[in-house]
Amino acid sequence: MADQLRLTVDGRDVLVPAGATILGAAEAAGVEIPTLCHHPLLKPSGACRMCLVEVEGARGLLTACSTPASGGMIVRTRTDQVVAARRTVLELLVSEHPLDCLTCESTGDCRLQDYAYEYSVTGRDVAGLPNTPAADGRQAKLDDSNPFLVRDLNKCILCGRCVRICHEVMGYGAIDFVSRGATTKVTTAFDVPLEESPCVFCGNCLTICPTGALQAKTGRGLGRSFQYDRVRTICTFCGVGCSLDLHVRDGRIIGASAAEGPANRGLVCVKGHFGHDWIQSPDRLTTPLIRAGDGTFRRATWDEALDLVASRLAEIKAAHGPDAIGGLASAKCTNEENYLFQRMMRAAIGTNNVDHCARL
Amino acid sequence: MTNSNWEFEHSEAIFIIGSNTTEAHPVIGAVVERGRQAGATLIVADPRQTEMARRADIHLQHIPGTDVALLNAMMHVIVTEELQNREFIAERTEGYAELAGLVAKEYSPERAEQITGVPAGQIAAAARAFAKAGRGAILYSMGITQHTTGVDNVRSIANLAMITGNIGRYGTGVNPLRGQSNVQGACDMAALPGNLPGYQLVADAAHRAKFENAWGVELSTRPGMTLTEMINAAADGGIKAMYIMGENPMISDPDLNHVEEALRSLDFLVVQDIFLTETARLADVVLPAAAYAEKDGTFTNTERRVQLLRRAVPAPGESRADWQIIGDLSARLGHPLSYRGPAEIMDEIAGLTPIYGGVSHERLASGAGLQWPCPDRTHPGTPFLHRERFSRGRGQFAAISYRPAAEQTDGEYPVILTTGRILYHFHTGTMTRRVAGLHATVPEGYIEINDRDAAEMGLASGDKVRLTSRRGSLVTVARVLPTVLRGVAFMPFHFAEGAANVLTNAAFDPVAKIPELKVCAVRIEPVAAAGAPAVADAGQTQGGGVR
Ligand code: SF4
Ligand code: SF4
Ligand code: SF4
Ligand code: FES
Repeated sequence: MADQLRLTVDGRDVLVPAGATILGAAEAAGVEIPTLCHHPLLKPSGACRMCLVEVEGARGLLTACSTPASGGMIVRTRTDQVVAARRTVLELLVSEHPLDCLTCESTGDCRLQDYAYEYSVTGRDVAGLPNTPAADGRQAKLDDSNPFLVRDLNKCILCGRCVRICHEVMGYGAIDFVSRGATTKVTTAFDVPLEESPCVFCGNCLTICPTGALQAKTGRGLGRSFQYDRVRTICTFCGVGCSLDLHVRDGRIIGASAAEGPANRGLVCVKGHFGHDWIQSPDRLTTPLIRAGDGTFRRATWDEALDLVASRLAEIKAAHGPDAIGGLASAKCTNEENYLFQRMMRAAIGTNNVDHCARL
Repeated sequence: MTNSNWEFEHSEAIFIIGSNTTEAHPVIGAVVERGRQAGATLIVADPRQTEMARRADIHLQHIPGTDVALLNAMMHVIVTEELQNREFIAERTEGYAELAGLVAKEYSPERAEQITGVPAGQIAAAARAFAKAGRGAILYSMGITQHTTGVDNVRSIANLAMITGNIGRYGTGVNPLRGQSNVQGACDMAALPGNLPGYQLVADAAHRAKFENAWGVELSTRPGMTLTEMINAAADGGIKAMYIMGENPMISDPDLNHVEEALRSLDFLVVQDIFLTETARLADVVLPAAAYAEKDGTFTNTERRVQLLRRAVPAPGESRADWQIIGDLSARLGHPLSYRGPAEIMDEIAGLTPIYGGVSHERLASGAGLQWPCPDRTHPGTPFLHRERFSRGRGQFAAISYRPAAEQTDGEYPVILTTGRILYHFHTGTMTRRVAGLHATVPEGYIEINDRDAAEMGLASGDKVRLTSRRGSLVTVARVLPTVLRGVAFMPFHFAEGAANVLTNAAFDPVAKIPELKVCAVRIEPVAAAGAPAVADAGQTQGGGVR
């Protein structure tokens, strides 16, 4: 098979299609390589060097995410040299990172934290690099003037995932790397707040940020990933059918995040990401209502309301025939509900007058 | 859609007509962007320079309601320059000669330029780019269907796809982007007057017999009415009672003053919803329903993928899931519908609906969904349709002549109004306008007016304007932009105050019965007095619970 490559990763034989990266081959072999800047939707950038591996015969370590696999390669992902190199990468990142995990929204849902834990990196081991982010000139103000996203660039590790998803996937290019002197940061053109940029607040940058640098504004302070349950469901706002995780704590929805589904591959838009407050709106209807003689509504029990509906529909059917009754089902209700609705109209009432606003 | 969301990543040409994809279907917009960056030619036909049009290689900025002329002219170029896919036409289609004859003779790009306002050269360039691509996908939405010529528009799109052989293969297809989350499923489940579940026909005795057996009743053979027909019949007294579940026609339907009059003349109106919507305020009985996050069930997305919804939180107060309410009511009507839960209802659907035959909640739990047709429990689902043959055998070309929109502009109503969706709101705004962030981003309705037209009218952005059509009148705020075609104005329909549909025309397509929401004639006048409220008048009720 000419377009297949055979190689070894940590002693495991694996067959991959030509063009696969070492990272892809490792995945196929069931070997996990840590990554920070890599994301399957994005072109490889090789920016973070977290994915370094040893390849027999190669000089130095190679970045697994951006190096193509080749036939006969012998790859080792856990040698002392590899682990030491990864630790250095992490030491440098953590030494510049505010260590306020105690109060960070992303605690428990942060790759930097996970890897620091895994590789026992405290950020205090690099000579001449005390953990003083304020000293490096990057101390940045929070950008939280828009209703959806909070940007805390002090926590940014410059992996570039947000920049790439905004350019390569969303096509808005609202943010980019900006260098001033020795410092680089990710921001909008002219450093304006997000809402003055072309940003459409999809929050897909937030989804793939490996740290707490980008956070949702809505659920702040209401609970962190280990405190809420994730309930996988489907967005209700358009026909794309994006998979969503609703974040539920104590019977309340405190937020939502994009989930990996076949229709959306982890992407969402502003409505799916941030548009769920209405579910818990105080305006929700909570009891049946019946119009009283004076024209106002009064609360009723289910039995009372359903008895009234059934008897009025029966009367009208008796007096004018079943086709004097019409039903509108809903493009916002489930298949099961639409099925039952039309069955009720056709079988219980006896009319084909059933439609919905498909056309609107 | 005939094809799947992520196939457009690998299309070589993408032609979008009548869809503001980045706003109405944002994640499909992202897939198209990936296709574009991978080298696909992007062609967008839209009266406005939308974000998608801005990114396009070719933007055909046509006058609303002239789609057939535009598409016919593209096919004129394809036929006269012999860019058609002969093999596909010969093997898979019929009726080509008639279509080719019509477009070749009557729809030169020069003639189409007169009708559509699009320069002939651009039409030809778009036709060539689309015809020459190996995999060409066409995406469209309500900008195509909400016309009195909606069916003609859709058939013309099918003509273009077939003439270029772009059907039945990966990365191609005729792809209507369905607006609401489960509009595909509501159609599949036969919330339609002429159908039984899975597009089986009320008019077909064998189909009827199957459901009669399963449901244990005799079914009516009398054809049912569509939504627009029901509203008209309600006004005329033919319909005496309506049961409305989760719909808000008091915002979404055309000619709202007429809708209100119709609903008020009913003897009995039941509305089952999550909020006291503009429609529910007119009801005799309001039944409180659970929201999507409060129930289990399935939605079918625009790529025909059935996916599982899960209950995340309890429904508030005494509100209940729609399926429970219907079950109880149907029992009171003498036809009990009681199930342990939605999974059991899906099993019944699967047993009666061949395209859903292999669908079960158990299979869906993996999260991959199932794309219909999925006829049995081992079938993996169907990512794209018409692979080897069309369901009817050969694909039928239709020779279609351009017909103007029902309502034309004149001296009194000189501007074409077109309506649509925006990114930050959903449908009638019932949900999204209760989301603080979304509401803050776009708190109120507005109208987009071409900058040169505005200069002639003496209008600037932020000015209050009065819009008047032959049906109603409202006051809203002007946004002056160079991105709208001259002579055209655009208004989002999500807003209850100053609801765009007070103005729109309920004239509908004779076959599909879809109202012409995308074209009506209006007059725009500056409102001199400062502080005029941005509300609809001419009979529109605002918020009152009293008839
Ligand atoms: S929210 Fe979306 S549009 Fe805005 S910067 Fe992030 S990726 Fe870009
Ligand atoms: S904000 Fe997040 S995703 Fe963007 S560069 Fe910084 S760490 Fe990476
Ligand atoms: S997240 Fe956005 S694109 Fe996805 S289904 Fe919801 S509304 Fe549609
Ligand atoms: S993940 Fe490979 S360099 Fe960042």
